[in-house]
Amino acid sequence: MNRVVPGFGLSLGITLFYLSLIVLLPLGALVWQAMDVGWARYISIMTGARTLAAFQVTLSTAALATLFNAIYGLALAWVLVRYEFPGRRLLDALVDVPFALPTAVAGIALSALFAKNGWFGGTLADIGIEVAYTPIGIAVAMAFTSIPFIVRTVQPVLEDVAADVEEAAATLGASDLRIFAKVIFPAIFPAFLTGASLGFARSLGEFGAIIFIAGNRPMTTEVVSLLTFIRIEEYDYPAAAAIAATLLGMAFVMLFVVNMIQLWQQRRVGAGD
Amino acid sequence: MRLSRRLILAAALAPFVLSAAVPAARADEPSTILNASYDIARELFDAINKKFEPAYKAETGKEIKVDQSHAGTSKQARSIVEGLAADVVTFNQVTDIQFLVDKGFVAKDWQTRLPNASSPWYSFPAFLVREGNPKGVKNWDDLVRDDVKLVFPNPKTSGNARYTYLAAYAYALEKFNGDTAQADAFVKKLLANVVVFDTGGRGATTSFVEREQGDVLITFEAEVISVKDAYKDKNFQVVVPPVSLLAEFPVAVVDKVVDKRGSRKIATDYLTWLYSPEGQRIAAEANNRVVDPTVAEEFKAKFAPVRLVKVEDVFGGWKKVQQDHFVSGAKLDELFVGQ
Repeated sequence: MNRVVPGFGLSLGITLFYLSLIVLLPLGALVWQAMDVGWARYISIMTGARTLAAFQVTLSTAALATLFNAIYGLALAWVLVRYEFPGRRLLDALVDVPFALPTAVAGIALSALFAKNGWFGGTLADIGIEVAYTPIGIAVAMAFTSIPFIVRTVQPVLEDVAADVEEAAATLGASDLRIFAKVIFPAIFPAFLTGASLGFARSLGEFGAIIFIAGNRPMTTEVVSLLTFIRIEEYDYPAAAAIAATLLGMAFVMLFVVNMIQLWQQRRVGAGD
Repeated sequence: MRLSRRLILAAALAPFVLSAAVPAARADEPSTILNASYDIARELFDAINKKFEPAYKAETGKEIKVDQSHAGTSKQARSIVEGLAADVVTFNQVTDIQFLVDKGFVAKDWQTRLPNASSPWYSFPAFLVREGNPKGVKNWDDLVRDDVKLVFPNPKTSGNARYTYLAAYAYALEKFNGDTAQADAFVKKLLANVVVFDTGGRGATTSFVEREQGDVLITFEAEVISVKDAYKDKNFQVVVPPVSLLAEFPVAVVDKVVDKRGSRKIATDYLTWLYSPEGQRIAAEANNRVVDPTVAEEFKAKFAPVRLVKVEDVFGGWKKVQQDHFVSGAKLDELFVGQ
């Protein structure tokens, strides 16, 4: 146990104090404002056609983005961990760029690339796929801003998978695919799920990157975070708080799932000892 | 003319009255004021402040700096209520100043304090089309055609777009002799023709110009002309429809802030200066139509003729229009969502 920081009581006190100040207080204020709405009004806000459409658009595009990142992020983590090649460190550093970049800048850059007169957009339009100003564009923006989650959670676990286990499997005659399916993937699976869940949660709330590429048409390309913003612009604070609180609830569920996965992971690792 | 003779005289005399009052100026007056304004007025107020500051020093010997803050005006109004210490607001819609009145930040009689209902210049929704006007867009009727795609900001987040929505609605009411069902259908089709709803005026301009979305950009005439001038190589064309909706740019002193900071005099002088020939000329150079008849005459050649209808006449005022069209669940939502 590391006791460099003085006293458990003091450390815990400071931790809780700042956590309350920075995280719990704003969230509490949000929930408190949402409570003001009352059940009947809350239900009518949440079941409005436009709100439902926004949630549907957001959830489906977030799922699409997460699926893409699950496959591509895993491959990226694999390459970064298992291969030595020139520029590997640079690539490794690039993974964090979506975290560092202001999301609005990302949104503008993506819409410039994927608009019909952009580099990718032109080619894609030729084969009949429109990205910018459609739900696909939203998924692209979400995938961009949430890719680091999956790479950064899988990477360290993948590094820890001991080579000797793989070698043993190979010695026993297992094929590459079988080694991956039976040895490597089970080891990284909890981390993989954690990363995917975090990425999904992030995608649900993403705003800056999306509004520039989404088209923002009600019912088709309007995401929940934009709808919240619109309700505030209408000075309709209760509706904004209600929608935001629902989003917050979803994020909490995701975090709960992530924690359960981590608990499960620890138990598996514990059982292996 | 829209401006009465007496008010022009008052505006013209203001600098003299102002200089006579100098010795009485309090020593603890702040030397900076903050102007909270709308999104696309950054360049305009930059130019105005550059002229106002030396002019004010020449008149009064007092060194003043005017700071600028620009964003959507609903956001600015909220920021002020939440503590942004803006001495004056220069908005593009009465509704957002009304919000400040409701919250006790601006006195109820603000529109009577300066000439022309406290609006030193005006504009209206106009169209920008691509080179050679390939779709032959001339009037609002062309915007509901199936082959015409539009770009304008989201009326839910942009005052600019609320004017576009109201202008289209006012036009439709006139066309169909006040039949609201037909007017509703007209505006609904117009909204359905929009390919991208950006959250603000500049975003819409970017979508139209840089991303090449849509056939027509609808925004204030001032912005339409500026975009045409800024992108000379693209040969955009300005189309001024025969009829549109008057968009006023109301200005007000934020009473609660100036009383606290002791900046009422400077703030008032600043807003009064906007009506001076110099202030009016800068606004006209930035493609706004101005209320000073002499300056308006100077810039006459720049602007196409247009007949402007008023929110008060067509919709019974901003308060009513807000209730009937813009609160959630009202007419705009109905036409916007049901597309």
